[in-house]
Amino acid sequence: MNNWTDILDVNDIPKLGARVVRHGNLDIAVFRTADDEIFALEDRCPHKGGPLSQGIVHGRKVACPMHNWNIELDSGCAVAPDQGCAREFPIKVEGSRVWLDLSAVERVAA
Amino acid sequence: MDMSTPMGHGPKMKLVMVGNGMAGVRTLEELLKLAPDLYDITVFGAEPHPNYNRILLSPVLAGEQTVDDIILNPTDWYADNAIHLHMGRKVVKIDRSARFVEAEDGTRAEYDRLLLATGSNPFMLPVPGADLEGVISFRDIADVDAMIRASSQYRHAVVIGGGLLGLEAANGLMKRGMDVTVVHIGPWLMERQLDEPAARLLQKSLEEKGMKFLLQKQTAELVKGDSGRVSAIRFKDGDSAPADLVVMAVGIRPNTELAESAGLHCNRGIVVNDTMQTFDPRIYSIGECAAHRGVAYGLVAPLFEQAKVCANHLAHYGIGRYQGSVTSTKLKVTGIDLFSAGDFIGGEGTESILYSDPIGGVYKKLVIKDNKLVGGVMYGDTVDGAWYFSLLRDGKNVSELRDHLMFGQDHCGNLGHQGINKAATMTDDMEVCGCNGVCKGDIVKAIREKGLFTLEDVRKHTKASSSCGSCTGLVEQILAVTAGGDYSAAPKTKSVCGCTDHTHEAVREAIRENKLLTIPQVMTFMEWRTPNGCASCRPALNYYLISTWPGEAEDDPQSRFINERAHANIQRDGSYSVIPRMWGGQTTPAELRRIADVAEKYAIPSVKVTGGQRIDLLGVKKEDLPKVWADLDMPSGHAYGKALRTVKTCVGSEWCRFGTQDSTQMGIDLEKMFFKMWAPHKVKLAVSGCPRNCAEVAIKDVGIIGVDSGWEIYVAGNGGIKTEVAQFLVKVKTADEVIEYSGAFLQLYREEARYLDRTVHYVERVGLDYVKKKILDDADNRRALYERLLFALSVERDPWVERAREGKLKHEFETVAA
Repeated sequence: MNNWTDILDVNDIPKLGARVVRHGNLDIAVFRTADDEIFALEDRCPHKGGPLSQGIVHGRKVACPMHNWNIELDSGCAVAPDQGCAREFPIKVEGSRVWLDLSAVERVAA
Repeated sequence: MDMSTPMGHGPKMKLVMVGNGMAGVRTLEELLKLAPDLYDITVFGAEPHPNYNRILLSPVLAGEQTVDDIILNPTDWYADNAIHLHMGRKVVKIDRSARFVEAEDGTRAEYDRLLLATGSNPFMLPVPGADLEGVISFRDIADVDAMIRASSQYRHAVVIGGGLLGLEAANGLMKRGMDVTVVHIGPWLMERQLDEPAARLLQKSLEEKGMKFLLQKQTAELVKGDSGRVSAIRFKDGDSAPADLVVMAVGIRPNTELAESAGLHCNRGIVVNDTMQTFDPRIYSIGECAAHRGVAYGLVAPLFEQAKVCANHLAHYGIGRYQGSVTSTKLKVTGIDLFSAGDFIGGEGTESILYSDPIGGVYKKLVIKDNKLVGGVMYGDTVDGAWYFSLLRDGKNVSELRDHLMFGQDHCGNLGHQGINKAATMTDDMEVCGCNGVCKGDIVKAIREKGLFTLEDVRKHTKASSSCGSCTGLVEQILAVTAGGDYSAAPKTKSVCGCTDHTHEAVREAIRENKLLTIPQVMTFMEWRTPNGCASCRPALNYYLISTWPGEAEDDPQSRFINERAHANIQRDGSYSVIPRMWGGQTTPAELRRIADVAEKYAIPSVKVTGGQRIDLLGVKKEDLPKVWADLDMPSGHAYGKALRTVKTCVGSEWCRFGTQDSTQMGIDLEKMFFKMWAPHKVKLAVSGCPRNCAEVAIKDVGIIGVDSGWEIYVAGNGGIKTEVAQFLVKVKTADEVIEYSGAFLQLYREEARYLDRTVHYVERVGLDYVKKKILDDADNRRALYERLLFALSVERDPWVERAREGKLKHEFETVAA
């Protein structure tokens, strides 16, 4: 069952930036592109666990701050030839509010 | 003519490729990456094999690899990508008006786009007997099979042609047990790649392996034996030699027969433009058959560059041009190490530096013209080949490296590969890249499994040589041995990144001349290819903007690397480190007490003294940073930034019995003056109070040594990856002069260096004489530079104060609970 939860306002996230949303022990990076698209990924690079939320957002990608892997925001997967994916979470925007499906988060945290 | 493109729905366009070799298939691979569904693809290959690595025929002949080892794309690959593959079918006709090709057996394929990748044919000497049984070339798997068969039945092999290919063939046949004689028309071997001394060394070591040579011999005739097979070779001077097998390796000719029969313009190859199109715009051509700006290339790297450009245009991206390549050569004979590039003979207006050790079997020659390296040949030790090649390609001024140029990059200050200079002697578990922990075995495996050919490929897939670059020579060697890759590359234009073709200099000029104030303005003005750049160009643009228009261009935190956005250094576990500034390395009991209290209050796990005379608090949680800064109540140390870092000092005349000047105070004054200074890269200063130089000023960006009569200023020193001793700039009398001259130098660097260049790279590029001209010879310019620096600093504020006390960018440090 879905558990859509209102977590923050689009304007709380800098354009071409991210915010960290914490649920229990799990950090989720919520990104905002230049066109106000919003994406949510687990805040862990598939390479060595770097916090993706701290990276530079460009286009629909984020460059991990640790070793500069580029991760696709819509799939969570690394741009080739690097391999691996960060977990993605269902997210939606209604008006200016951002909603996260916490049931998906809880399945991971559990 | 209808050149429109059915995109999306409807029938796919038809792409036909003639020729199933490395350059062609690489083009398809690139195309499939860009536009997997655009074309219905058909491939014709004359050979009955899928695409294989032709460069590695020599190791197959020598018995070091098998045919299976060198297959690059098995037939499954074609099937997986829905490519119709016709192996063993030679295309003999192109109908350009009806747009189809036809093979010998009548197989037809229609095309919307045609790619000719027909490669080259070996040139056969037109001498009597050239068509006898036992006379072959060295070009494909069939030739190798014929040689291997002959080696088991016959004894005497003659290879005509003492070039690269001929020697590799001879080496292989010798390993197969044949008695091999190399016949060469020139006075020495490989005269297109080697000068005489290097060629003699090569000949000597091949003779030691058992190879025989007949130089300056012209073939008159191949003699038919009783069996009808070739039995001997006769020369124009009347001599002869026994020959049961003759391999002609005297050169290759672009295979243009098909193109010519279709009326396409050919001139020493199928003539193509910078987008790899022939004179018929529907028909592209790449590889050894194509003549680009009058040159038909035969090495992998340039052909792969062409493939990339061609695929890009086939995919309708319409960007990218091939602009020609500089090439270099390596010989793939196991145990022989040889490198050559550019003009290695020299002549009018050139100078040569020579190193010759005939006993050790090492010979090196570098040819210099107008202070630039224009060519070189190396035998016996080629680890620096890649380095020389990059100096050559970039046209770098080598006047300041001259003295130690011959001794390689190691002697120019690079560390990192422990003096190992032969990849061949390394075992698979030995580390090649110390930065990224990549062993030789990892690289070999990636090259084999992923089909890598270029240094760039290896860097992308393994990360080896992608950080500090000091192992590049070793990686190049491994590549040459494993895949037959070479050092060639397109000319480097040093664009800022893949988002643009513009250089750093062009971007800076546009920002200055057109008063561009924001990153989007720059990207629009200079027609960036990406909507908002990448992690490489955005930080560079941000720096160029704020350094060119201080106070007017706004700093963009989202274009700062995390350390500069958070004003602390991110650590491997995601926590941060905090280094408060201690002016000139001096502190007080009160500061130390506050540091101790902060470390306890925020449970900071590690407290460490840094190399720059300060204290590092490691393991701070991001959300604690503003509170830590507030409690410390000390200025930002900028240890996280491309900015002024430390000013290291000795105790100087205040305490030291040898001290001649108050170096500590000088250091404090310099640090307070240049505090908050952003720069293209980090900037470190040091001040010593006497020539004993306890503050180690020789490895700093600006180093000051106090002497009895004043101060000496040194610039562009460096520690780290590239150790470089600072160069003497000037001696001045007063402390004010020290600050003005140092400031002027730093501003010159700030205004002219490329982002991420240290002062050492900048001064290496422009030359110390240039710096002297701007700062010493022109007093007005020096003062103007200094004034501009002071103005830029006047608008900067302490970022810790802004964030700890004024709540600036609070969201950066706050986590949202859900």
